[in-house]
Formats: sequence, structure tokens, C-alpha cells
Amino acid sequence: MVAIKSRPKVIVLRAAGTNCDMETAFAFEHAGAISEAVHINQLVSGEKKLRDYHILAVPGGFTYGDDVGSGKILANELKYKLAGDLEKFVGAGKLIIGICNGFQVLVKAGLLPGKGASGEQLAATLTTNDTARYEDRWVHLKPAKGLNSGFQSKCLWTKGIERMIYIPAAHGEGKFIPKDDEVLGKLWANGQVVFRYVDPYGKLAGFPWNPNGSVDNIAGVCDITGRIFGLMPHPERHLFASQHPRWTRGEAHREGDGISIFRNGVKSV
Amino acid sequence: MLWRVEVCDKDHGFDSGVKRDIEDLGIKGVESVEVAQVYIIKGGISRSGIKRIAGELLTDPVTQAYSFRSSPITDRNARVRKRAVVEVTYNAGVMDPVEESVKKGILDLGVKGVESVKTAKKYIIGGNMSTGQLKTISEKLLFNKVIQHVVTGPDSYSFKNPPQYHFKLITVDLPGSSDKDLENISKKGQLFLSLAEMRKIREYFVILGRKPTDVELETLAQTWSEHCGHKTFRGMIDYESAGKRRLYNNLLKETIMKATAELNKPWCVSVFKDNSGVIRFDGKYNICFKAETHNHPSAIEPYGGANTGLGGVIRDPLGTGLGAKPILNTDVFCFGEPDYEFNRLPKGVLHPKRVMKGVVAGVRDYGNKMGIPTVNGAVLFDNRYVGNPLVYCGNVGIMPKDKSFKEVESGDLVVLVGGKTGRDGIHGATFSSGELTSESEQVSAQAVQIGNPIEEKKVADCILKARDLNLYDAITDCGGGGLSSAGGEMGEKTGVRIDLDKIPLKYEGLTYTEIWISEAQERMVLSVPKNKVNKLLGVFEKEDVEATVIGEFTRTKKLGLFYKGKKVCDLDMSFLHDGLPRIVRKAKWSRPKRVEPRFACPKNLTPSLLKILSDWNVCSKEWIIRQYDHEVQAASVVKPLVGVNNDGPSDAAVARPVLNSDKGVIISNGINPRYGDIDPYWMAASNIDEALRQIIAVGGDLKEVALLDNFCWGDTDQPSQLGGLVRAAQGCYDMSKGFQAPFISGKDSLHNEYIVGKKRVSIPGTVLISAISVADDVKKCITMDFKEAGDLIYVVGMTYDELGGSYYYKTRGVLGNSVPTVDAKRSRTLMERLSRAIKSGLVNACHDCSEGGIGVAAAEMAFAGGFGAEIKLEKVPFKAKYDTRGKRRDDLILFSESNTRFIVGVSPEKQKGFEKAMKGAALGLIGGVLDDKYFAVYGLGGGIVVRTDHKELKEAWQAPLRW
Repeated sequence: MVAIKSRPKVIVLRAAGTNCDMETAFAFEHAGAISEAVHINQLVSGEKKLRDYHILAVPGGFTYGDDVGSGKILANELKYKLAGDLEKFVGAGKLIIGICNGFQVLVKAGLLPGKGASGEQLAATLTTNDTARYEDRWVHLKPAKGLNSGFQSKCLWTKGIERMIYIPAAHGEGKFIPKDDEVLGKLWANGQVVFRYVDPYGKLAGFPWNPNGSVDNIAGVCDITGRIFGLMPHPERHLFASQHPRWTRGEAHREGDGISIFRNGVKSV
Repeated sequence: MLWRVEVCDKDHGFDSGVKRDIEDLGIKGVESVEVAQVYIIKGGISRSGIKRIAGELLTDPVTQAYSFRSSPITDRNARVRKRAVVEVTYNAGVMDPVEESVKKGILDLGVKGVESVKTAKKYIIGGNMSTGQLKTISEKLLFNKVIQHVVTGPDSYSFKNPPQYHFKLITVDLPGSSDKDLENISKKGQLFLSLAEMRKIREYFVILGRKPTDVELETLAQTWSEHCGHKTFRGMIDYESAGKRRLYNNLLKETIMKATAELNKPWCVSVFKDNSGVIRFDGKYNICFKAETHNHPSAIEPYGGANTGLGGVIRDPLGTGLGAKPILNTDVFCFGEPDYEFNRLPKGVLHPKRVMKGVVAGVRDYGNKMGIPTVNGAVLFDNRYVGNPLVYCGNVGIMPKDKSFKEVESGDLVVLVGGKTGRDGIHGATFSSGELTSESEQVSAQAVQIGNPIEEKKVADCILKARDLNLYDAITDCGGGGLSSAGGEMGEKTGVRIDLDKIPLKYEGLTYTEIWISEAQERMVLSVPKNKVNKLLGVFEKEDVEATVIGEFTRTKKLGLFYKGKKVCDLDMSFLHDGLPRIVRKAKWSRPKRVEPRFACPKNLTPSLLKILSDWNVCSKEWIIRQYDHEVQAASVVKPLVGVNNDGPSDAAVARPVLNSDKGVIISNGINPRYGDIDPYWMAASNIDEALRQIIAVGGDLKEVALLDNFCWGDTDQPSQLGGLVRAAQGCYDMSKGFQAPFISGKDSLHNEYIVGKKRVSIPGTVLISAISVADDVKKCITMDFKEAGDLIYVVGMTYDELGGSYYYKTRGVLGNSVPTVDAKRSRTLMERLSRAIKSGLVNACHDCSEGGIGVAAAEMAFAGGFGAEIKLEKVPFKAKYDTRGKRRDDLILFSESNTRFIVGVSPEKQKGFEKAMKGAALGLIGGVLDDKYFAVYGLGGGIVVRTDHKELKEAWQAPLRW
């Protein structure tokens, strides 16, 4: 008999307008976890308990239509209705990932970039793309340390990812802006900058390589512990070679670039 | 108390999109456009409460600032120092999707007392402009009076409760009406019923010995409308062509459906019965496909029209069998040309560019927000669509095999789920069955709605959950005609009783008739066994979706409607569904005398090639495609944009809907109205060939390929128009049989014409053919971009002297006569051979020849791959068909649009294998892929006729719609 290591449990949070829950749940299953899509109402009513899971994933979509501001209403719901449960979840050292709309939710709920070294809130937001329109295009992401040696990202979700990854972005409000230079400086100093948009050669570049005009080309950030991670592009959309836009040109790898993120999450539990 | 909250960007970032649009209007003085979001909140809320709402909910603290005041309007609504303010809000009764979200957000904050929320957009326009120019900007860009108005004072925000409705049964004295009265009643009531139909209804009620109620008349008008009943397509037609006459008893059954019946394919699961056509996918799942149009609403309110058009067609797969999960969208639009002169626009018509932007935004928002990828489509421009654009939306769904059929049981409860019912879309079905006039935007304003994709997403999520728990017996969507068609349809075999007062309303004041015929969006009807109803209602309640028992399926075979216990409708289902009088319509078709132009072949064809690539219809649609999320659900295999820079024009789209399987769905479209100007038969044939070619080009096959037909036509009461439609339907039959590709569903939209003054402008008869096929292994798919320098370039298929309706002729301003034809059996053999070669891995790149023929196809493959190419026209297999005494010409061979042709890229080491696989097919090794950027075409005499490079080709192709 081979001992079966217990598989971590992932809660993929759904709300009105979530639409990447299925493929996000699939990505975690593919990476070896058990995942379950759970509606926010089930958490609020107590039918499901956050504490029963190891990883919380907030997937992409248009929660509540992104009315008022992308992710804002779900962020407020987390803040005002599940604050205690979330705090315990984070306090227990569990993991959170937010992708696209999920990233917007985590940022607007204040979970990302979260609190700084002395407990101060690091304010940032995700706002309308510089192009002023929704766009679907593939982007090259470089782990942040590659550009600024000395600044190593703390993110557990991207541990061991050394080379650039290629995954699609699809959003209208993905421009990352820290409140001011002080916050930006702290994000770098704390190792909270995880991924940056680059051109195919790994150099910082403007549109279309930086699809939304994010400050410092920042595509994804983590909290100060490295356990909460959010990014605009969609790793769950590149698990297989056939999802690569140029797989018919022989450019894809055996596996998609996105899977390593989910494997890291599952491994870190 | 009314509070006004205004949110704007801290850095006063201006909206460059609106500014550009203003410049497009020809107004030059505008320097800046700022936009602020306005919320008018009503309720007993304190100052501290509103401060929390503004600060914590409505404003992004990093980028935005807010202000609030206890009045709905600002002090300075007029123009201040070179800045004009225009505030736009929705008309009373128009659904404002933001309202619900804001109310929920406020509740989550713990602030109580909010009664209602209205939103507005405030535009602050800086620069020099006259009052007249400001008016033009407002009317042409900032608001659409069909759904919005400009705020002028506090009364602009009406929170008045609509008047209560007091029940009063209304009857219409049909039995005592003369024929003239009947016509008046139909016209005044917007029933769009003909005299013969009105007479039939009169006869029915004379026999019953009573007067019909208004709701009974409305129900008959909806059910018998062209939109719901397809009475022309299913009607009797006396067709005459070339001296021969033929009487069709039912055109649809004797052409399109007949082919399907005769082909009798075992993999067709459900055809022409359900809300979409269903075919087999694999051992576990079936897939279904439907495309529809939403033309008239899109003409008067492009965003809302297209928005609800897509929303509507998504509900078709969702309402097929016991409910399919929507997995992809495909959209095809026809507009007037974007550079149409403003001063030529007929009265009441929106500019094509505005229509296009609105339609694209409407489809984008609905598809993206529902999380359904829009994987391919087409956009066509022709100025005959100026007053009557076409908006085709298609959707594919997937469902478990055992959920593919439904059956309503007597005794089941009628459950309405989804959005609440308001006055939206009253008379939509009958409106879409008549022609548009310059007054349409006024009389039919109610027929236009704005969709709420999040509501539909919620509904879809719950339906699929309830389906998997086996909680209902049948389902259908509320589409055109609203409940009147859904209820009438579902209860056709059993009978149904519905209590109209149980239907949840958005606001008070609706009459029982309005409730019944409202086309409020995002609603579905379920037939639920009594013992499962509580569990079912629970599924919806858990996710905040309205679900209400509104009646019961009976055994009476009658449609019984009640309002607060009073009977308001009592119609026999048999009369409702089979009572429509059968009228013989005249149809006549003769091929117009078109002349083949005569001109010398230009020595240099480079300008022609570049011009065709820059044609509105051929040029890159990347600006649109990127606005659609084409990858959500993570299934995309062949994307709409392919090639070395992800920007080449793909053929069919391929998706892999089951994430742990390599089985794929292939979707394509064929459309070319120019051919129909010569002969609608060959237009239909060419469109079918095009849709199938695209499937072959990505590595699909014809083993299990099914078709949808979608006819948009002008006024078919005119025999010549109807004649063209019959001719196209005949083409569909012959090709479907020849290709062995059955039709599984379809749709028609007639009376697509526009009345300007006294002149009727008809759209060109347009048939969209959509094809769906299953790929056994998506890993064997290929794309159209050249892959390697040194690859051999072949043309597969015979080129004929078929420039009639071509884009080459279009660049010369002529139509011609030599329309491309199809020999379906031979085409099928050739396509199957090429398909096998592709699946055997012998082909690196494949692209079908369509608009612009070999020249455009080869150019697109070169620039998509980032390579040069050289091509020799003397190697192209050619036969004369129209002018057998004519000579081969360079332009003819390069730009002929003959069907069933492909350009193929093959590695030199696979040359033998490929040629062997293609043995027996018309095949020409015409050139090779080059390492450098040069693109050259050698003419029949050996000299160069095209000399350019792939960058110049790409630029010509990308420039027109680089917005």
C-alpha cells in the first residue's frame, strides 16, 4: 500500500457574475487538490465554513456586473459579512489567490497588498486600462526579482518560477496603481511585487506588452507573508499546450505555463 | 429624501473615446471630455449614512473623489466658462442594471432605509462649440432618446410611483366588425395581423358566440407573428421561374427540413423541434447550436438591441432539452459603411459607425459578463444596411446525453424564473415582423430593452444545478412574445392555466395584457412536478434568483389566463397553434441581366490586391475581436487571431469544451450577400461551401457536420423578393444533400427594409450559414499562418472564370455576372481528401480562398506567418465556365472567387506524401514560402504582376479598422 497524502481542499468562491469558477476549480484539481465551488451566500448563511478549506480562490468574472467599480461589491461583502472568518483563515496561515476579478476583489477588500511591516495599510487599486477598453490578449510575465536583483518576491505561489511565463489577460480594469511612491517603494522592499509585464525578450515595455498601463508594469502582487497572491492575467487558461495561441507553430511547451502556480499553492499547504 | 452623489477621477482624466467620436462628427473645437458618475439615492438616510455610502462603496479611494448634496441636481447645470455639462439618465421604466447592485452594496454596508437608486453620467465638455454643436454631440453620441434623456431639472429624476392598476376586462367587438374595422383594429393595436388572419379570428369568436378579450387578440397576434410563426417560410408559395411554376405547401419543410429528413443522420439528436438543434458530441454529451437575429431593436438602440439579442440566443441552448450549458458565441453583423456621410443619413437613422460601436459593445458586455467566449464571427458593410443593420448572434451549448429531451406533464406547475416583469419589450415580436420607418424609434420605444447579463448568468447557474438534481420535466425561454409564446408553446399538448397576478413585477401598474406579452429579459419557464417544487424553489432562492409558481399545466388543451381569479383568456390550443389561415403567396424569380465588365488586365495588380485587403469587409477586425473575451471557460484551441504575432485571420474556431478530453467543437460561418445580387441560389451554395471550407481548413472533417440557416430578407410580400428567398432555399436543399450536411435549426427575419419618405430601401437578401462539427482530436488541428520558409505552396481546387460579385470587381465598382457556383458532390470529395491529408500531419498551414481569391488568401497566410512568398499563376489549375472562348488572365486567376479552394503550406519533405494523398484532386504547386519579406506573384507570361512585402500587405489589411 502506498500512503495517500491527503489532498488539500480548495474553496472556489462564487457570487453573482463569477464566471471562471469552473476552470479555476479544474486547475486546482489538475494540480492535485480537491476543489469545490461555493456560493458566497452559503458562507454567509453558515451552510459552508471557510475553516473547512486550506485554500481560498477568488476566480475571474464580473461579480455584480462590476457595477460601481470592478470587484467592489463582493469586496465589501467579504469585508462586512465575512470579516471574522477571513481574519481567522488568514491568521491560520492558509492561502488565498485572486485571479482577474478575484484580484480586484482582494485589492478592494484591502487583503492585497494588505498590511505593511508595521501594520499600516498599503493602499492600491486596479483601475481602467489606459486603452479605456476591455481587451483579451496574451502577456509575458517575468518574476519580479529578475528585473531588480535584490528584490526577491516572497510569494509562495510562484516559488521556483524562474523563467518568463505566457498566459492570457482579459480585462477592462487591470491597471495596477499604488496609492503613492511610498507604497510602491514598500511593495518592492517587502518583496510583494510578484510578476511584471514584459515584452517577448523579457524587457519592460509599454502597450501592448503592458496591456493596461500598470505602474512599474506590475501584473501581480502578494501580501507581506507571501501567502495571499493576486494577478490580472489568467493562469487557469494555460494548463495545456493546446491553449497556447501559437501551439500550431510548435511554440507551446508540453504543459501550459499556468499550472505551476496552482501546483505551488497545493504544495504550500 | 433625495441624495446626489457624484464620483469623478481625481486627476480629471478625460475620456479620449468620446473626444475621438466628437471629432468623427466633424466638430473640431472640443478640447476635453470629463465623465463623472452620478447616483441619485432615495430613502431615509442620514448625512453620515450617505457619507459612508459615497466613501466606502461608490468611490475608489486611490483614484477617485466624491461629493454629495441633498438635492438631485447640481447648481451649475448650464454652461460655465467654455465648459458645457450634459447629464444623461435612463427614462422611467428602463431597466438600470446598476441600481440593484448599488442597493445590495448599501445593505452589505449595514446602511438601512434605501428605497431606490438611479444613476446618471455627467459629461463635462471643454472647448469651443456652438449650442447647435453641443446638441449634435448630445444627440448623436451621449444619449439615445429611446432609453435615455438629458437631465434638465429635479423632475428629470422621477421617483413617482406609477399609478396603480385597477382591473377592468377589455373586450373587442370583433364579431360585429366590418373588414375595414378589422384592419383598423390590427393597425391601431400594433397587431400586424393581415385581413385574412383577422377574419379567421372573427370567425372563431362568432362560433364561440362572444367577443375576444384584448389579451386573447394579443396572444394570437404574437403566436401568429412572422417572428414566432414563420408564416411565410412555412406557408404556401406559388413560385414561378423561367416559365416553370411550382407550388410549395410549406417551403421550409420542402427544402431545408426535407434535406435533413432525407439525409437522416444517426448523430442528429433533435432537429427543428427544440429551441436549438442538437447533435451528438461524444459518448457522454450532446451539443446544440442556434443563431438568431435582433435587427430592428439594434437599428434604434444598437447597444440594447445587440445586448438582448445575444442574451436571447443564449437562452435558446439553455432552454433546449432540459438545459444546455452555453459554451461559446459567434456573431455576425451587417452595417452601412463606417465612413458614410452624415448629411446623407435618412431621418431617424443612426450613423453606421455609431450603430457598429453600440452593437459591438452590446455583444461584448453580454458575452463577457456571462463568461461565454465569443470565438468567431464576421462583419460586413454595405450601404443598403444603413437603415436596417443585421445583428446575428449564435450560441452553442453542451449537455449530458440524457438531458436532451423534455416533456411537459399534466399536473406540473408552471414556474417562472429570472428577472421581474416590466413594460419592457411590449410588442417586440410584432414590431420585428413589420418594416422600420422614421417613426419607429417613437412608436416602438417600448420594444427596446437593455439586458442584464449578470441576471442571466445567475439564472443559468441555478438552472443547470436544478437540471442535475432532476427537479423539472421541461424548460423553455421567454423570447419574442414573452410569456405568451413560452406559455402557449409549452402548454400546446396539455393546456395550461396561468395566474397573471402572481408574476413578480418590477413596478406597479401593469395591465394583465402587459404582463402577458412583456418581453422583459432573462426569464425562463419550467414545468415542475408538484412534489419537487419546494426543492426547486430552494435552489433558486439560495442564489438570489426569483422563482415563482404562476400556474399549472392542465388537461384542457386550452390556454386559460386569470387575473385575481377572473378569467381573461380562454383559447383553444388547437386554434392558437393551427388556426393560422393558409394563404398562397406569389413568388417570382428571374436572373437579372448582369453584364460582365470588359476591361484590359492591368499589368500591375499590386494596387488591386492592397485595395481588396483594405476593403471594409476584408480588413482586420482585431479592434472588435480583442474586446470579446474569446478564452473564458479555458476551452479555446484555434483562436480568432492566429499567427506569429497573434493577429492573423483564423478560419473556423475550435474549442475543447470538456477540459479533460481532446474532443473539440468546430464553428464557422459563411455569408456573402454580393453573390445574391446575381443569384440567391449560388449565394446560399457559396455560403455553405465557405462555412464547410473553414471547418476543413482547421483540420475538421465532414463526417458529422451540421448547418444552421438564417435568412434576413426584405419585403417578402413582393413576389420578386419572395422569389429570391425561394431560390436561396432551393440552394440550401441541394447543397445540404450534396454535402450530406443536414440543417438542424434555423431562423428567418423578413421585412428588413426601411422607408425613407415614400421610398423603400430593402436590405440585400442575406443568408447566414453557420456550421458546427466535432473534432475527434484537437491536437490534429492546424492554423492558416505559413509556418516555415521553404514550405511549398499549393492551391487545392479548380479555379474558374468566376469574378461575378467578387471583391476585385468591387474595387472597380462593378458587380458582373459570373457568380461562383458549387458542385457539392465533387466539392465534398475534394474536402474529404484534404481533410485526411491534414489529419495525417501532411499540412503545415491551410486557408480557404474566399473574398479576394488566391491573392488575398496567400497574402493573409504570408503576413500572419511573418514570411514572404512567391506564387506563379501559370501553375494554378484553371477551367473556363462562363466564357469558354475567353483567355486566361492574371487578374482573373489571382482574384476569382471560385468555391472549394484552399491555399496550403507543405514541408518539402512531405511533398510526395501530400501529392499522393491529394491524387485525383485539382492541385497546383504554385510557389513557396520565402525567408525574406518579399511577396511576389508571377503572371501567366512569367512577368511579375504583384511585388510588395508582407509588412505592406499587413498594413493595408490592418489600417482601416485600427480604431
